[in-house]
Amino acid sequence: MALTESAPVGVAGLTRERLRSMYQDMLLGRLLDQRVLVLNRQGRAPFAISGQGHEGAQVGVGYALRRDYDWIIPYYRDITLVLVMGMTPRDQLMAALARAGDPNSGARQMPAHYSSREHNIVTGGSPVATQILHAVGVAQAFKYRGEDKVVVASVGEGGTSEGDWHEGLNWAAIHQLPVIFLVENNAFAISVPQALQMAVEHVSDRAAGYGMPGQSVDGGDVLAVYRAASEAVARARGGGGPTLLEANCVRLQSHSSDDDQRRYRSAEDLDEMLRHDPLERFRVDLESSSILADGEADQMRQECQKVIDAAQAEADQAPAPDPASALDYVYGEA
Amino acid sequence: MPEITYVEAVRDALRDEMRRDDRVIVMGEDVGVKGGVFGATQGLFQEFGGERVIDSPLAEAAIVGVAIGCALAGLRPVAEIQFLDFIPPAMDQLISEAAKIRYRSNNDWSCPMVVRAPCGGGVHVHGALYHSQMLEALFAHVPGLKVVLPSNPYDAKGLLLAALRDPDPVCFFEHKGLYRSMRQEVPEEEYLVPIGQGKIVRPGRDITCFTYGATVHEVLTAAENLSRDEIEVEVVDLRTVRPLDRGLIVESATRTGKVLVAQEANLAVGVGAEVAAIVAEECFQSLDGPVMRIGGPEIPAIPFAESLAEVYCLGPAKIETKLRELAAY
Repeated sequence: MALTESAPVGVAGLTRERLRSMYQDMLLGRLLDQRVLVLNRQGRAPFAISGQGHEGAQVGVGYALRRDYDWIIPYYRDITLVLVMGMTPRDQLMAALARAGDPNSGARQMPAHYSSREHNIVTGGSPVATQILHAVGVAQAFKYRGEDKVVVASVGEGGTSEGDWHEGLNWAAIHQLPVIFLVENNAFAISVPQALQMAVEHVSDRAAGYGMPGQSVDGGDVLAVYRAASEAVARARGGGGPTLLEANCVRLQSHSSDDDQRRYRSAEDLDEMLRHDPLERFRVDLESSSILADGEADQMRQECQKVIDAAQAEADQAPAPDPASALDYVYGEA
Repeated sequence: MPEITYVEAVRDALRDEMRRDDRVIVMGEDVGVKGGVFGATQGLFQEFGGERVIDSPLAEAAIVGVAIGCALAGLRPVAEIQFLDFIPPAMDQLISEAAKIRYRSNNDWSCPMVVRAPCGGGVHVHGALYHSQMLEALFAHVPGLKVVLPSNPYDAKGLLLAALRDPDPVCFFEHKGLYRSMRQEVPEEEYLVPIGQGKIVRPGRDITCFTYGATVHEVLTAAENLSRDEIEVEVVDLRTVRPLDRGLIVESATRTGKVLVAQEANLAVGVGAEVAAIVAEECFQSLDGPVMRIGGPEIPAIPFAESLAEVYCLGPAKIETKLRELAAY
């Protein structure tokens, strides 16, 4: 990356402050994700599913959106994306520990089923790729009302094998809807490699079949993702229709806390991934271009840990849901 | 008051609500210029335009899934599935998504939408296996959904208006055999038939027959025949199968002491089983005979040939025989 070319005024149209903020958000997402895994291994969080390795893709896309204006329909690895859009470590630790105060679902869903109406983060279930169609409908509503909002639906590369994926992209292209289909391709759907998921080299190759622009970008390069996402957002906002954006990521952790990827991935493969860690790459680039001073990253890390510690302390003290509430909210008030 | 058909009542409800509320949009296969394969959306495209009356691609999961997205974003979508038989690709969207959105978000999000589909068959409908099924039990099993099956034009209009204003997803299944087979006086002005309320369509003292959809009319014919022998059958049109009108079921069953549930759908594990269970649990002391059911046999659906279709379909004669069996008990 050539950060130094445009530093110190910034790169990709981003100020130094914004670049530092992007790094901080990536770091916060990473450390929060690690904390949830620790809580799982301590037997305190029943389930965890990691987004480590996806932070570059998620911050790159999140920073291209207007917070509390645009919408996202995330999937279970989007821990960092939802932080960018306005959720907090407290929110996610409440979910991890199944507390009543979990704003995602009131601890009705497994953790990592992100949701916040306040921040335009749409509730999702566990079936893969159903959210693609919801994003198309949200975009249809934006277009109908003449709004210039944009919606991003994210999914893994495995999810692009689902029928809902196909039906959604087809519909969005027909109606030229303001939606971005973000594929966070980490090359594995639990244990199944991409080659057994599709015969094309890039998910974005499929865009042509739907009549929409498609682009593959290095998901480990947060600024490359930011540029590509900004372009897609501008197109969507301006009435230019949908985009298929593929961010190639690394899955640094196993699929979930119930999986061990050492059973189906080679040691060399796992080592190689570390060279593509988006967080480390961005830190090195920011330091080499003096946007981060020496030692500043460590300082940021400590600040993030403090935020997470405080959030965990709050979640620890928070009550479990009242059993009587289990029957609430099946239906609304007619 | 004008006399209109069932399908006209459906169209009137859609049109009136679209005039009243610009959040209401319609999507489905052939709903646009053509006005639907049964004409239920006739004239809507011409009045409201392609932004509100959307001819969808041939993709049922998308019709329901996109409608869910519209609902999440504040619209009041109506998704038409051309035949209920083709809804299975959209089951994931209905059962995993629409039904659970309010609950799984702890009331933060909701999904007010209507899924309309023509259902049902008959000896002369010639719909065969894939244009005649009654699949309401699949949806009635799912908390979070409401399932409505009107039996006449008046209820079709009033229930559809209620469904369009309901805060939750409503499955609205219209029996295609009723679309043009009867006319009824239907007020031009707005009225609502509440979801979840059954109706006594024929009072009687000896037996209660709970039913819904097109079967209501077959039961009424059978009841008239029994009346000539002074056996008075009370006919209850359930109208909604989720939530069931428990109060009315218990009240009527307790009063008559004998219960038959008649349904066009396959009998096993159906709506009739649930009604029978309610009666068995709540009215045991009042019963003068076994709770009986009548419905479709254990074959997948209605076969094409009339000789075969007759084996599946109920018709007044089979219902009358069952009622006489119960009356004699």
